[in-house]
Amino acid sequence: MSATPTVEDGYVDGNALAGPLAEIFAVDVTSVVGCCSGCRTSGPLARLRVYGPAPGLVARCPECDQVMLRLVQAETDAWLDLRGTLSLRIPRSQA
Amino acid sequence: MAGTAVPGRLGERLRWRVATLVDQRAETESAHTLVLKVPGWPGHLAGQHVDVRLTAEDGYSTQRSYSIASAPDSELVELTVQRVPDGEVSPYLVDQLAAGDQVELRGPVGGWFVWRPEQSEPVLLVAGGSGIVPLMAMIRVRRAVSGRSPFRLIYSVRAPEDRIYLPELRRGDPGLDTAYLYTRRVPEGWPRLPVRLGTQDLASNGWPAEFEPTVYVCGPTGFVELAADMLVDLGHDAGRIRTERFGPSGG
Amino acid sequence: MATVAELVWSQAEGGIIVPVISRGFHGRPRPAGHKLPPGQYETRDFPVLSAGPTPRVDLDSWTFTIKTEAGVKHSWTWAQLTALPVEDPVVDLHCVTKWSKFETRWRGVSLDVLLQDIETAADYALVHAYGGYTTNLPLVDLLDGQAWIAYKYDGADLAPQHGGPARLLVPHLYLWKSAKWVRGIDLLVRDVPGFWETAGYNNYGDPWREQRYQGD
Repeated sequence: MSATPTVEDGYVDGNALAGPLAEIFAVDVTSVVGCCSGCRTSGPLARLRVYGPAPGLVARCPECDQVMLRLVQAETDAWLDLRGTLSLRIPRSQA
Repeated sequence: MAGTAVPGRLGERLRWRVATLVDQRAETESAHTLVLKVPGWPGHLAGQHVDVRLTAEDGYSTQRSYSIASAPDSELVELTVQRVPDGEVSPYLVDQLAAGDQVELRGPVGGWFVWRPEQSEPVLLVAGGSGIVPLMAMIRVRRAVSGRSPFRLIYSVRAPEDRIYLPELRRGDPGLDTAYLYTRRVPEGWPRLPVRLGTQDLASNGWPAEFEPTVYVCGPTGFVELAADMLVDLGHDAGRIRTERFGPSGG
Repeated sequence: MATVAELVWSQAEGGIIVPVISRGFHGRPRPAGHKLPPGQYETRDFPVLSAGPTPRVDLDSWTFTIKTEAGVKHSWTWAQLTALPVEDPVVDLHCVTKWSKFETRWRGVSLDVLLQDIETAADYALVHAYGGYTTNLPLVDLLDGQAWIAYKYDGADLAPQHGGPARLLVPHLYLWKSAKWVRGIDLLVRDVPGFWETAGYNNYGDPWREQRYQGD
């Protein structure tokens, strides 16, 4: 896996999650720290490799490429699948 | 329980066969049973279904799935089709298909939603509307093998005249108990008002969870999901609840 | 004297398939020419959508494996796959993201050919791709001229961003079922939802009934 993303690899970074997830989370998720259930690396969601947004947003661990988060925005519901994420650490006050 | 249905060469099992209507009977005003002769029919298990394909003269074709209503009987397969208002296929099958006409059949399909005579545990059948069809196949197969495992049927319909197979259910079978539920209109003298299926109905007319029955639920998607959730609430193991949903297939 | 059924089958074996016409059946009225499923628009592009990095698979190590519910595996190397009889289907594609592309031209091997001698009682299929993507569908939807393992698009080798070296092509369902970079198919007795099906997309995905999301 290359260290520098190229256009051909087709992903952007986790800042792309901020808008879509703002509907769901009260905090800005890009500073939330997620732990990958595959390789146990922890890091801010802003570092995730994000594919999509269609047919859904798929955010992968930058170390092992495992899918950590899937977001599908259907007509009446948003589906958030977090099975590849062991935990999220959310900073309490965002001054 | 492990259980695969009829194994075999894919080419054999899932190819289209010609089926000819040899007889039909009205079960209710909107549901008719079609008796089809299918040369080479490999047999089937109770609960399985078939795909029916119709081709128009201009070559247009479409297909629908229907549960098999009958116990296996050499080359004869019975399907009970409910006419869906504005449906594309069911009005043709119920109102137009005549003896001697042909359709194509593929199957039998389905390995999970089946009852086999070797099963000895108590069985609870929960039917919503035309969901009775595959469950009736189970009752008929049980009858054909003189099965002894205790069966209970809870049959939910809108109104008394919507009950398919009523004369046969009235005649009954040894070891089969049947209870009806009416959701829109009740028969004369019925002690209850029309009501949707509730947990209490499944408790009083079903088997206690400790008996570890196998439960088969069939009907519209909403009905099936409601019934399955209630059964789990009553303590039934989710692994023993088998469901078949008649999704919005467009008739 | 042969029965009607025997006549039809013997004609089929002779290479001419005679459809069984159901007398008086007309079906719904339908317009001539290309039809867009509900909610779709036509595109002349071929958009690329992905859930991960484009896998790079070299043809020397590429394999396609069908595994039955009993664990029996049937595998083809690239050389073996490309030696099988081919078809050149021309099909319309419908993506759940609302674009449709008409008359796309492919070359590939029909799943009817790959599945024809396999012993199985399975009713479901779980499709696996290089890179980890999965999608599920009923086994009958892979049969009867409805599906191919496609390795050429528009006369040229299938490009990696469109799923090359080979992808599944099942055009009667939304395009997410046509798994790119296909690697194998598991035949299963129970249905196992795949990557998008567990994340909110419809388990079946019929564009003509607009089955995009779960609950549609």
